[in-house]
Amino acid sequence: MSGASGPMPRIVRHYRLQWEPVQDCHVLLYPEGMVQLNRSAAEILRRCDGTRSVAAIVAELEAAFATSGLAADVAQFLEHARAQRWIESA
Amino acid sequence: MNAPGPPLWLLAELTYRCPLHCAFCYNPLGFADGAELPTEDWLRVLREARALGAVQCGFSGGEPMLRDDLETLVAEAHRLGYYTNLLTSGIGLDERRMAALRESGLDHIQLSFQDSTREVNDFLSSTRTFDLKRTVAASIKRHGYPMVLNVVVHRLNIDHVDRIIAMAAELGAEYLELANAQYYAWAHLNRDHLLPSRAQLERAEAVVADWRRRADAPRIYHVVPDYYESRPKRCMNGWGAVFLTVTPDGTALPCHTARMLPGLAFPNVRDTGLREIWYDSEGFNRYRGDDWMREPCRSCPEKTQDLGGCRCQAYLLAGDPAAADPVCTRSPDRAQVDAAIARAQITDDGRPPAQPLLFRTPKASRALAGR
Repeated sequence: MSGASGPMPRIVRHYRLQWEPVQDCHVLLYPEGMVQLNRSAAEILRRCDGTRSVAAIVAELEAAFATSGLAADVAQFLEHARAQRWIESA
Repeated sequence: MNAPGPPLWLLAELTYRCPLHCAFCYNPLGFADGAELPTEDWLRVLREARALGAVQCGFSGGEPMLRDDLETLVAEAHRLGYYTNLLTSGIGLDERRMAALRESGLDHIQLSFQDSTREVNDFLSSTRTFDLKRTVAASIKRHGYPMVLNVVVHRLNIDHVDRIIAMAAELGAEYLELANAQYYAWAHLNRDHLLPSRAQLERAEAVVADWRRRADAPRIYHVVPDYYESRPKRCMNGWGAVFLTVTPDGTALPCHTARMLPGLAFPNVRDTGLREIWYDSEGFNRYRGDDWMREPCRSCPEKTQDLGGCRCQAYLLAGDPAAADPVCTRSPDRAQVDAAIARAQITDDGRPPAQPLLFRTPKASRALAGR
């Protein structure tokens, strides 16, 4: 944890998130590899740019999709992404 | 058969020329003296493959640094949105070209080592390149690239796996590929020199497991030799499923060793568009799906997992590309694999003299081609 606003997750260096029209999904690219992302994973990762706290990411998603109660799902995905070494704290 | 998906991986083998002469190389035995595509053809290949959906692009060879248009090709690949990978021995990757490649948008460099020691590295590659490779590794890190070290593992270096991993950690590699030799082309020719014993393999696996528990270890990809498995590998994730290789002369292949297969005409990018090559050519369709399978594969419940294994291995060991991969213990040709394994258990002292280790040189290639 870093500071009162909590960690600011960002995609690790050398990984790249991009939209692939042929695959009709976002993918995460890294040396000699690729992960296909579902829509919710992509919406979270798109916001992991090192400038937003987890709370800010949750608030943005809830506003964008006119819903509430996403905090637990986002936290769970970020934990997975961290274990996979897709993201780190800025 | 379901309609095939798009290619996702383009492997651009820019040249078969190489300053190294590794005895386990998978390039064709007859690599010497072939033509090479000019820059404009490669640029077209990059565009056509990207339009089909390819998103990972590997520049390989041979030694791709021997192409002086490499930076031009990398820049175009980057502009098109590929994740760009350079697979190199490091020879020719000096500071000037490193900076130019960075400028061109290269994403990643995979550097090969043959061993953790100068003696074995230089012996296996038949060059004096060990010190230079260490210099290049430091330079790769200095330029901020992620670095994958690739070490082909076999009988002559597998006992050094501990030191190889320590070297990768010391050089700051993010990933280490410990890829046991796959027995095609030059490695197949030299197989009796290269196939490790079971005891060697088990020791190496224990060492890898120990390192994986350490915080200071790079991520280790350990590719085990499939001869010691009881089921074949899911080769290339399926024939014509994901991978598209273009060889130096423009021949398009579903895998980098498929050209050895008899009775298959593979198309060339000089006269056929990549869309037609991928979706319509006989070469890419022959072993797609499972319609081509015979017994024991056809009725096997595991066929959707291993897809019948490797067509090249079936051809090399069973003499028939449509046979089951002889690695499978259900294959009637498994005895071929067992015989090779049995020879590998004999200690060096008691070994009958084999043919000498044959290095991948243009001279040896021409001699084999004329055989």
